Amino acid sequence: MKLLDKATFGETVLEGTGVSLVDFFSESCEPCKALMPAVEELEGVYTQLPFYKLDTMKARRVAIGQKVMGLPVIAIYKDGAKVDELVKDDATKENIELMIKKYI
Amino acid sequence: MERIIDVAIIGAGPAGLSAGLYAGRAKLDTVIFEKDRVGGQIVTTQEVANVPGSLFNEGSVETTGPKLIARMVDQAEEFGAERVMDEIVDVVLDGEIKILKGKKAEYKARTVILAAGAFPRKLGVPGEKELTGKGVSYCATCDGPFFTDLDVFVVGGGFSATEEGMYLTKFAEKVTILVRDDKFSCAQSVVDKVEKNEKIEVMYNTEITEIKGDGMVESCILRNRVTGEETEHFADEEIGTFGIFPFIGFQPDTTIFKDKIELDKWGYIVTDETMATNIEGVYAAGDIRPKQLRQVVTAASDGAIAATMAEKYIEEKFHG
Repeated sequence: MKLLDKATFGETVLEGTGVSLVDFFSESCEPCKALMPAVEELEGVYTQLPFYKLDTMKARRVAIGQKVMGLPVIAIYKDGAKVDELVKDDATKENIELMIKKYI
Repeated sequence: MERIIDVAIIGAGPAGLSAGLYAGRAKLDTVIFEKDRVGGQIVTTQEVANVPGSLFNEGSVETTGPKLIARMVDQAEEFGAERVMDEIVDVVLDGEIKILKGKKAEYKARTVILAAGAFPRKLGVPGEKELTGKGVSYCATCDGPFFTDLDVFVVGGGFSATEEGMYLTKFAEKVTILVRDDKFSCAQSVVDKVEKNEKIEVMYNTEITEIKGDGMVESCILRNRVTGEETEHFADEEIGTFGIFPFIGFQPDTTIFKDKIELDKWGYIVTDETMATNIEGVYAAGDIRPKQLRQVVTAASDGAIAATMAEKYIEEKFHG
């Protein structure tokens, strides 16, 4: 997964077109780290959309601007807007896969 | 021939993994069922310093929850325990062969170890569910940094509320601890520390009755339990939001066992010292049962005992 920062998040996701997935995480969020390998596995399967990750502690305002105030969050963006997301306990591999399938 | 598992373990936290390790090592056909991810509550912990032997990890002093769990998983698998990703949604426990109904398949087992753990107790107020991860959080280490320079409410009067409240002062502008009763329920030494902390305000006899906001927490209703007076707390207009962290204890994950196994009035599975429940061949281990100390080491201990008792039971019942 390509790591974005507060500058590249804007360019890549908010000003981008098409569908993409963003994994909002932080270094101090252990459930995020536990989930990430599952997201990376899905990245290998669903090559139709780009997968990004954003370290929210280095882009706190960006995250809050996206109404992300709790981790982990796995979100789907379409043409620059967040169209779906799975927050915390709902962010399981199974649910993420179902969410991806809705948008490809 | 149809497979009949010797030891079916529901839950892959420290209790379930420890049971899996012991049962696997006893050469029993062992399956650990996990709902979506391994680890249980300990995976939210950054530093596990109180598990004997956990302190010194390659190159660094602390072991994180996920690292510890990863090692437990490897160890259980090393001894032959199998892991199956399936959520068990119903059980038939009273026969000699127990039936576990999963979302993906049905399983049969000679013994069952219930180790599904507990999850943070919810406030149970309108708006809480919708705004979880949007200002409402049960994990200070995960979400604390989002509340840098914001206001935070911590709900609870016990040890975890005070500890987490103090942790959150690292980030928050101000932490208000809402205590339901007229005093804290934890040790006075901890209360003294809280009262000395300039960033913490304590409101006694106070509870939250509703959380409001469109996509983010914007306000909440506070009720004084003595006078009945209700006030609405609004977010600072410029900042627009604040945090609510409930730390009001844990709730066991036992809804599917209701009316099938003896539970206490809080929903925990009743066991004796050998982790046996009131149903023959069914054991419980870890946070799912009533206990004084809820720690990795006590969960692992329960798992070891449950697996050993299951082994004995199989030996007597099926091979005796």
